[in-house]
Amino acid sequence: MELDPVLLSRVQFAFVISFHIIFPAFTIGLAAWLATLEGARLWTGNQLYRRIFDFWLKIFALSFGMGVVSGIVMAFQFGTNWSVLAERTGSIQGPLLGYETFTAFMLEATFFGVVLLGRDRVPPWFYFLACCMVSLGTMFSSFWILANNSWMQVPLGHVVVDGKIVPGDWWAITTGPIMRIRWPHMLLAAFLTTGMGISATGAWYLLRGNDVPEARAMLRWGLGLVAVMIPVQMFFGHLTGIYVLNYQPAKFAAIEARWKTQQPASEVLIALPDPFEQRNLFALEIPRLGSFIASGNWTAREIGLEAYPPEDRPPVIIPFFAFRIMVGMGLIMLAVSWFGAFLRWRGRLESTRWFLWVAFLSFPSGFIAVLAGWFTAEVGRQPWVVYGLLRTKDAVTPSLTTGDVVLSLACYVIVYTIIFAFGLFFIHRLLRDGPGRDASDRTKITPARPLAVAMQTSAEGPQ
Amino acid sequence: MSATDPSALALFWLAVIGVAILAYVVLDGFDLGVGILFGTTKDAVLRDEMIATISPFWDGNETWLIVVGASLFAAFPAVYAVFLGAFYIPVLLLLLGLIFRGVAFEFRARGAARGLWDGGFVVGSFVAAFVQGAAVGAMIRGIPVVNGQFSGSSFDWVAPLPILCGIGLVLGYALLGAGWLVLKSEDPLRGWARGRIPVLARAVIAVLGLAVVIAFIDRARMTGSLFLDRPWGFIFPLIGIVAVVGIFAGVRQRRDSWPFAMTVVLFVAAFLSLAVMFWPYMIPYSVTVATAAAPEASLSFLFWGAGLFVLPVIGAYTAVVYWMFRGKQRKGYTPATAPPSTVKGS
Repeated sequence: MELDPVLLSRVQFAFVISFHIIFPAFTIGLAAWLATLEGARLWTGNQLYRRIFDFWLKIFALSFGMGVVSGIVMAFQFGTNWSVLAERTGSIQGPLLGYETFTAFMLEATFFGVVLLGRDRVPPWFYFLACCMVSLGTMFSSFWILANNSWMQVPLGHVVVDGKIVPGDWWAITTGPIMRIRWPHMLLAAFLTTGMGISATGAWYLLRGNDVPEARAMLRWGLGLVAVMIPVQMFFGHLTGIYVLNYQPAKFAAIEARWKTQQPASEVLIALPDPFEQRNLFALEIPRLGSFIASGNWTAREIGLEAYPPEDRPPVIIPFFAFRIMVGMGLIMLAVSWFGAFLRWRGRLESTRWFLWVAFLSFPSGFIAVLAGWFTAEVGRQPWVVYGLLRTKDAVTPSLTTGDVVLSLACYVIVYTIIFAFGLFFIHRLLRDGPGRDASDRTKITPARPLAVAMQTSAEGPQ
Repeated sequence: MSATDPSALALFWLAVIGVAILAYVVLDGFDLGVGILFGTTKDAVLRDEMIATISPFWDGNETWLIVVGASLFAAFPAVYAVFLGAFYIPVLLLLLGLIFRGVAFEFRARGAARGLWDGGFVVGSFVAAFVQGAAVGAMIRGIPVVNGQFSGSSFDWVAPLPILCGIGLVLGYALLGAGWLVLKSEDPLRGWARGRIPVLARAVIAVLGLAVVIAFIDRARMTGSLFLDRPWGFIFPLIGIVAVVGIFAGVRQRRDSWPFAMTVVLFVAAFLSLAVMFWPYMIPYSVTVATAAAPEASLSFLFWGAGLFVLPVIGAYTAVVYWMFRGKQRKGYTPATAPPSTVKGS
């Protein structure tokens, strides 16, 4: 592989979208969390929920703002670097991504403004409704992104007319069988990410001994949410694996690092895949388990990468490791949340300090799992950008030179580093300060500017 | 799709994109212009008040750029593909300029590194304005297309006409920004801004005139289907000239709303002049509206949700925000980003 515009454009896309996905993955869950808190407050009248709500609203506003800023770049990447893709599949991908943009702005323009500024200006039931609508909006947003990506993974509902790929059946495109698995998988991933973040924050405050009532609620709600959802997520993960096996067998073989077709097939737990010799170094394998995982019996024949011509094989190393990192994070979440539930049952959740440390340190598990899962899905789809229809190398903007993309990639890296360093710094400061601090100063901010709310409060800093 | 007349839905989405471009140019134009003018003074009081006049609006104004991008990809993917490929570097600079500017807007009131953020605000505004103008200039020269893809090089836009148009738009946005400041502020900022309008207006006229001359010298591809085919189109440049007269009259008679309103008319007239010049091309002079339109299945899918529902909501929301913040900026108004006067904390 040389540094051609195709590879550099792929790296650039991976860079800007990895930065971007961190924020939506967090805000989808946070929006639902805020709506839940507001509902709980309305139902019980307990002001504790209000204090937790106000605290997380600031985090939500800042994360949402960062998501919007990094999302603007995404809206143009398809045209700047992948103009053949944009032209050939634009009549399908354009409306899907267009709806995502429109949904996000609808949300920002209307109900998010009410949530940020309207607490004292609208009746409580309407405020709660606005929270629910914001949450619904973030989910719709993810719906369109997943519809678009699922179509790129397994194109359905299109017809090819004069070499152009055009929509045939919008229902198949937006709600096909792949979408019905992958959208819940992503939503659950977002909820888990947020759940781990909330419980880690609670554990952090308990370790420091500040804001104990709020911290206890965060820890319990967060861990409880994860404990309930992680088995469901593992089930949807399993369904995702089955779709990959059925529709993208080469990706499945890459994830399994299965170079040769085997009968019965072993399962590689961990290894160092060697793409040059097409073998696994230091492999730890379990005989026959591979057949069982893929086909449900212990003797089935499983296809290896050798069954595909070299130009149709995906890379192995990234999908192989990314998949194992994702699964590993899932197991960590399972262990932490279920052990937390056990401690809570024994009444020792808040007093077991080593467990609080574990819960605190596992805050990035959801983020890592989301990124690793997307790397598995996207790299495993290679060498196709739209599976079976359009190769990645044929999708790049033909006029681009290596110099162009080096320049743009360098610019994005520099600017993102500066801006996101500041953004993360402010999120950290908000988290560090905790919910005890007064967050009432929300005047003079327009609903169009979510960043301003968080900036205003974060700027107060400890004096 | 054949090269016949565009369908009704294609025309609907063309109109949406046209209105969204105009909305973007006028709305983000004035706040980019204020950003450019911000760089011409060191007076901290004037600067803070400039920021205050645009702080409720600038973020929403940029929404329209996203509406343009999303609608273009959805309804005219062929144009989206060619345009963003042809303007790879300008679009990169535009995005970075807008991001840096937006973040600078929020960070400048934080105290630390204020000089850096003020600089970022000015440079970001300037760059965003310049590359937009340069893109217009490059479109007037024509965009080479082969097999539905841009076939030139990434630096084709670096030529006399695009650079002149870039300078022209920087000046034009500054004029619009000055008009906005006159409209929204009291003295001394109002007087300061009014004093700059005649200079900026003359500079805009000079650059526009020079650009017209160069365009006609440089008319390699711009033959046939231009104004000469559509002489009625000359009404728009004439409206532009009337608008310029109105700008000067507004300054002389000290009418606070005229300079801004007349500059808006000037921008609308310039936009419509270009539209007449380019029609029926969306990418001059190679991709027409009819050939670029997505299939009807895409256009109608988009129409029933985004066209009928989302766009009216965004429009209504914009109107509500401008209505809420109508009239002069109140004296002693603190910008949204200013730190609270009393620091609360533990």
